[in-house]
Amino acid sequence: MTFADYLLLFGGMGLVTYLPRAVPLLYLAHKQLPQWLIDWLGLIPVAVLSALLAPALFTDKITRTFELGKPEFLVAIPTLLFALKTRSLGGTVLVGMFLYWLGQSFIF
Amino acid sequence: MNQQQQLSVQTILRSGTATAWPICLGYLPIGLALGVLAQQSGIPWWAVALMSILVFAGSAQFICVAMLTAGASIPAIIFTTLVVNLRHTLMSSSLAVYLRGVERKFLAVFAYGVTDESFAVNMAKFRDENWNRWQALTVNHTANLVWILATVTGSLIGQLVPQGAFGIDYALTGMFICLLVYQFQGRIYIITGLIAAAISVSWYLLIPGDSYIVGASICAATAGYVLQCRYRRGK
Repeated sequence: MTFADYLLLFGGMGLVTYLPRAVPLLYLAHKQLPQWLIDWLGLIPVAVLSALLAPALFTDKITRTFELGKPEFLVAIPTLLFALKTRSLGGTVLVGMFLYWLGQSFIF
Repeated sequence: MNQQQQLSVQTILRSGTATAWPICLGYLPIGLALGVLAQQSGIPWWAVALMSILVFAGSAQFICVAMLTAGASIPAIIFTTLVVNLRHTLMSSSLAVYLRGVERKFLAVFAYGVTDESFAVNMAKFRDENWNRWQALTVNHTANLVWILATVTGSLIGQLVPQGAFGIDYALTGMFICLLVYQFQGRIYIITGLIAAAISVSWYLLIPGDSYIVGASICAATAGYVLQCRYRRGK
């Protein structure tokens, strides 16, 4: 691919990445939002993060089937406990990586 | 609000970057991994830099590299990017609650850095602390800068990094686990999270594509909202 091809591709990708982030913000920040919408939007963060995370823990990405007891899930339990206890993002990332690496090297 | 805005630039930068560093820590291995993959697919380093600057969206970038390797067309990749990034409309909408009445110029710059990670951290900060928009903006752009550097570095030193080293495959999952914990502000949030997990897994198994993220989020938030209303009425 040439420079122009890459520019076209990434320019297009950039546009469809930026618009979903900018349009709701620009529009909603200047509107009086009804209370029900504020309450509903307040539940969106937990819902989105859980929806992003759950399939990675409970399904096989290649066959797209349900799988209980994946290494990702087993490591997630102590990692979750660590996060609940410390609320440290950096620590949780490190503990998760370390346990996963440990599991890969010695158990799974 | 006025009092918060009087924080010195130095304080804002310090607190913003201190809040962003764990995100950066997670971005390093993921960004390196993306760079390595891109390098192995024959994408030059300057193209990786261009991509990370124009498209600050990790998952979409991974998909782009995979699709380029598979020989997909440019429109197909752009369309897939749009679908994968639709979830950010929900995140931006939630952030709008805390950025009410802020000038459009700021919002336009802020929107560029709204990612899963910066969103989750900033939302938790806005809710729990006197977090102001400049600190939030610092988080967004610090994370972005590290992301660009990590992906470019990855594409330059690609061959040197062994696959799966140091558990780097788990960095993103670990990050999401803690970001999820940040959102547990009470029982209804935990219940909503559990509903979202159940719907998302089922949706993922039954329906091909990536609609499960947005679909499960909307369904779970609605279910949580209905439960919350019932509970309040019952009291």
